[in-house]
Amino acid sequence: MITQLTHDIARLSRRGWLAAAAGLVLGLASSPFSPAKAADDTIKVGVLHSLSGTMAISETTLKDTILFLIDEQNKKGGVLGKKLEAVVVDPASNWPLFAEKARELITKDKVAVVFGCWTSVSRKSVLPVFKELNNILFYPVQYEGEESERNVFYTGAAPNQQAIPAVDYLMKDEKVKRWVLAGTDYVYPRTTNKILEAYLKSKGVKQEDIMINYTPFGHSDWQTIVADIKKFGSAGKKTAVVSTINGDANVPFYKELGNQGIKATDIPVVAFSVGEEELAGIDTKPLVGHLAAWNYFESIKTPANEKFIKDWQAYTKNPKRVTNDPMEAYYIGFNMWVKAVEKVKSTDPDKVIDALPGIEAPNLTGGVSKMLPNHHITKPVFIGEIKGNGQFDVVWKTPGLVAGDAWSKELEGSRDLIGDWVGKKCGNWNTKTNKCGGQGS
Amino acid sequence: MSAHILTRSLDRAATAFILIVAAVGILVPLSNLLLPQGSFLQVPTYLVALWGKYVCYAILALSIDLIWGYCGILSLGHGAFFALGGYAMGMYLMRQIGSRGVYGNPILPDFMVFLNWDKLPWYWYGFDMFPFAALMVLVVPGLLAFCFGWLAFRSRVTGVYLSIITQAMTYALLLAFFRNDFGFGGNNGLTDFKDILGFNVQADGTRAALFALSCLALIIGFLICRAIVTSKLGKVLIAVRDAESRTRFLGYRVESYKLFVFTLSACMAGVAGALYVPQVGIINPSEFAPGNSIEAVIWVAVGGRGTLVGAALGAVVVNYAKTFFTSGPLAPYWLFMLGALFILVTLLLPKGIVGTFNSWWEPWRAQRVAAVESAAREDGISEPNSAEQAQ
Amino acid sequence: MFGYFLERFRALVLSVLLIACFALPAFAGPFEDAVAKFANDEFSDTAEAIEAVASSGNPLAFPIISALQEERLSADPESKKVFITQADGKIIDAATGAVVDKLPDNAASVRLNNRLRRTVEAALGSLTLLSPDPAKRVAAAQSVFKSHDENALPVVEGALAKETDKAAKQAFTEARAAIILFKSDASDNDKLDAVAVIKARGDQEALALLTSAGSDQPPLVAQAITGAISSIQSNLAMWSAVQNAWYGLSLGSVLLLAAIGLAITFGVMGVINMAHGEMVMIGAYTTFVVQEVIRTRYPGLFDYSLLIAVPLAFLVAGGIGVAIERSIIRFLYGRPLETLLATWGLSLVLQQAVRTMFGPTNREVGNPSWMSGAFELGQITITYNRLWILCFTLAVFVILLAMLGYTALGLEMRAVTQNRRMAASMGIATSRVDALTFGLGSGIAGIAGVALSQIDNVSPNLGQSYIIDSFMVVVFGGVGNLWGTLVGAFTLGIANKFLEPVAGAVLGKIAILVLIILFIQKRPRGLFALKGRAVEA
Repeated sequence: MITQLTHDIARLSRRGWLAAAAGLVLGLASSPFSPAKAADDTIKVGVLHSLSGTMAISETTLKDTILFLIDEQNKKGGVLGKKLEAVVVDPASNWPLFAEKARELITKDKVAVVFGCWTSVSRKSVLPVFKELNNILFYPVQYEGEESERNVFYTGAAPNQQAIPAVDYLMKDEKVKRWVLAGTDYVYPRTTNKILEAYLKSKGVKQEDIMINYTPFGHSDWQTIVADIKKFGSAGKKTAVVSTINGDANVPFYKELGNQGIKATDIPVVAFSVGEEELAGIDTKPLVGHLAAWNYFESIKTPANEKFIKDWQAYTKNPKRVTNDPMEAYYIGFNMWVKAVEKVKSTDPDKVIDALPGIEAPNLTGGVSKMLPNHHITKPVFIGEIKGNGQFDVVWKTPGLVAGDAWSKELEGSRDLIGDWVGKKCGNWNTKTNKCGGQGS
Repeated sequence: MSAHILTRSLDRAATAFILIVAAVGILVPLSNLLLPQGSFLQVPTYLVALWGKYVCYAILALSIDLIWGYCGILSLGHGAFFALGGYAMGMYLMRQIGSRGVYGNPILPDFMVFLNWDKLPWYWYGFDMFPFAALMVLVVPGLLAFCFGWLAFRSRVTGVYLSIITQAMTYALLLAFFRNDFGFGGNNGLTDFKDILGFNVQADGTRAALFALSCLALIIGFLICRAIVTSKLGKVLIAVRDAESRTRFLGYRVESYKLFVFTLSACMAGVAGALYVPQVGIINPSEFAPGNSIEAVIWVAVGGRGTLVGAALGAVVVNYAKTFFTSGPLAPYWLFMLGALFILVTLLLPKGIVGTFNSWWEPWRAQRVAAVESAAREDGISEPNSAEQAQ
Repeated sequence: MFGYFLERFRALVLSVLLIACFALPAFAGPFEDAVAKFANDEFSDTAEAIEAVASSGNPLAFPIISALQEERLSADPESKKVFITQADGKIIDAATGAVVDKLPDNAASVRLNNRLRRTVEAALGSLTLLSPDPAKRVAAAQSVFKSHDENALPVVEGALAKETDKAAKQAFTEARAAIILFKSDASDNDKLDAVAVIKARGDQEALALLTSAGSDQPPLVAQAITGAISSIQSNLAMWSAVQNAWYGLSLGSVLLLAAIGLAITFGVMGVINMAHGEMVMIGAYTTFVVQEVIRTRYPGLFDYSLLIAVPLAFLVAGGIGVAIERSIIRFLYGRPLETLLATWGLSLVLQQAVRTMFGPTNREVGNPSWMSGAFELGQITITYNRLWILCFTLAVFVILLAMLGYTALGLEMRAVTQNRRMAASMGIATSRVDALTFGLGSGIAGIAGVALSQIDNVSPNLGQSYIIDSFMVVVFGGVGNLWGTLVGAFTLGIANKFLEPVAGAVLGKIAILVLIILFIQKRPRGLFALKGRAVEA
């Protein structure tokens, strides 16, 4: 029996198959990935956004945005006298593929920085890769917070830069007393609603005046939930809906709202994931007056914004192409990275990471945003009402810029934590125990 | 006896396959660890992780081929078993993080801390012990497959009905695991692993070891499948595939055979998932997506249904293509390539790569052997090599 | 209606104003001051301006406030002048009513927020209580009912006395009751009557009103209110079952519509068409293209866009279906599982093709006016789009059934399905029938897309979200039986909607999937299984 096997092996090796096979495998393994030519005349920038699959709907625009920003920068002569070169990959809305592609960008393409990710899970998936290979990720989307990593720079809104000001506005200006917290069942809405629930209770809202509702991704039949909202709203107190419903499910949700006749004057809906891009798919006339909270709106009139919109539409050759908040987050983040690189005259990640906190870059709404030691930035918060033309009308804004909190003050587990990569060199410093590492044992 | 089964089941292709996998399993880690960085034959670490992923997919493909290629059960929900195995391993890895999580809670994983869970749910108990977790990797998918198969095969659900309800199963699990209340981290799943058995999961050595282990698992899985399909049991399975009612009329308890092979296949898928998770670093409900399971079936079809080597090869080829096409200038068009690949393979290579290769190779070889033999007879000289080849 | 009224009103106003202009020298009175406040671009000033204008009694008050509501009121922040752009494009000065040639360059429309919109609605409500149009009076009374503004009481009572229209009379009575309930100095008896009137109304709004009126009332009234609330609540609870049933029917119709094409390709032909969802998507995109053309070229036809889109979507999706059948599927007959793989590949290609052509983002497909809005039936709200989709689905089903049962093509299709070789021997061109059947299934998926574009995203992912549900419906109902698909779709829809309030949307859906799995164990061939030997083949 065994002799048969050894015989086989012998026979194979006699023909050199083994050697051939091994050579073939190693060759195959490394050939398409043989380290790219060390191109010293360009600086490579990784772009990690899904171009296919379910997330392509949101992420494709961000890929275009970063290509646009690189193009603009190259027109100005690039960075450190070198042109920027974008390396685009498609992680196809597949989370393990995000990690794989991040690894490929850093190891094989040797990019200096990566701009990418939309969903929290994709960021969580690539996080270990960025830590291991020590590179930089700029993350442009509003998220649930509770994170501060050395290698990641969060230019989107933390919950205190979006959710809490929005609720404050509704409480003060619309005198809302009853709250529906409706969201898609994933980590961002869960966390945001937890934070809001704690916040509302601290403001004296009773448990029976808060209704929390979760729906699956891509939920398309909103009849029951809209009817429930209507019912909840008819208890004689002013009611509002705080929506953390994820992109795709918003269109049917708003269509159902409009058709069931829930007007913004009766029950306003304030959304944290609905921007100009999402509204482009809906007839907004029945939705006039519903709200969204962002750090940027296309309709804000500043010279910087007008130029940005004009250049963007020229770049995409589409005069109707809208801009939105994550795009502005990239605008700020990209410029911050350029400034940091120029400051240390190197693209070495360690140097750039150390240089970034404290860097200031103008945002598109007339202010100057600053990178904080916790790797979040300062931003203004705007509340906009949906207009009939698919744009937003700013009805309220914070007096100054709001600093992003990596750790929420409202949640028990993170109350005492801060992120400080300048002084403490720690993302989860516990101010009670004065130790790095969470609650610290 | 076992040795007998082993050898009888090994033909030339199988031997070659095992040797190649073994060579890869040994050479790639060695080259990664021993050769200097940047040398031509050094395999960079990220490729070790990447190929480790392919090998895990190959095990999954093997498990699908076992039931589809040899028993005619088309499961469109095999990704569920893969993911369950992955979750069992992920839970072990989460518990290993201990107090190194961002909140520093020694027991609760981070996602539980920040959603204010105050104690560990009961089903997380025991996963801090590797042997228990390893057992669960087999037991959880196996048990689900057993219960599911017990119900389905006894009531003679077959063909597309079975395919659709397996799809319903994985879809239901997808929705369930997406729920944060379910206690598995919701959409974010389990990630940010630190250690496995005390070794850092990100260390080159650990990756190399995991890769070698995956190759070993592939070989063992292959040998098991091979042993089954060449045994008497395998003949019954093929009979079930080709004419289920007739087999039943001959007195075989068809459902028991199916149940056995279905459960075994689920366990294999679970192992594949368990090896996959530490190498890619995340397990998330999207692994349950019906699309993933369908894609896994397609690997088998591309490689060659009913040929074990083909299943593994198909998994590697399709995933290699996916990696290749999703970067660079082709990125926006890769779905066209992938879609076209599926269409063309089913149309032009209905037997898959290996099946088609066999159908060309066999007649050609038979012809060549005949020619050589007749030549040898004419010359009156015996030619040992070719005679051996003709065996 | 509104325009007509405006026209008459405007004529009157203009004539009055013309006289006024000649009679009085232009000076800044309180009305003009109030109007000028609109130009400050501060929400608080706008609020004051609305109050002042509405209570001024000036004939321009109504045009100003209705212009404000429709975003036709613009203001020049420098000169503090405010203008109304009329429906016919003419521009008048809001303070004087004088016609101006054009808006100043820096004039911007006066902005509103929700609070102001409510103020505007209330103001318009009291301004239109005496409108000649009964529908407007009803709407006005409704808004008074909601605002229960004490100042409106005399007007409401006056209107009530003169009112002849039945619906308007009812609305005024209710509005009056609402005011009295909140009036602190009303007598107990009046309040009790008011409670009775509101209780009789018995809907959510009445409940809301009574709940908010519950505090600090005289004990007798408070008691009556509590009684009324519980009676309304139990009434509403009963209606909620009816509502769930309606929602279930509506969801069922969507499922049926998505699945019915599959019932033909999968059920009748046995082809597992994973690209079925993409046919639905193509139908939806056809609707988008039709609407785009109509928007840019023939805006008047917008209400007919769906009627135009239905046959086009059928042709486009059906044509693509025939092409797919001829080029791919016909080589795979008898190998159902291989078809699954090829069509899966095809679905990837189609999705990416649409993504490349139309972009990855959602496309806007509007609701025609007859599909917007809702009406009340008893205590439930029925939205027109859902109702039309239900009717449309049933119509498609009936037509399809008739086609299969009574036309030559239908006969041939059934013959080929039941026994291909026999049918071929009888002279039926089986390959032509195959192509047409597949085209028919795809075409129906296409028109499903037209309907689904009204309630869902029009994006490249549209089809994927329906494919699993469609397969469930067909398998649950029983392959090869259209009636099974019908019953299956409505059963699943209604079951889902009754589970949702109890278990939540996610658990409800999981429960349905588990039930289907268990059901298939009980009846391995679905609800309506085909009987006979063909099944075992």
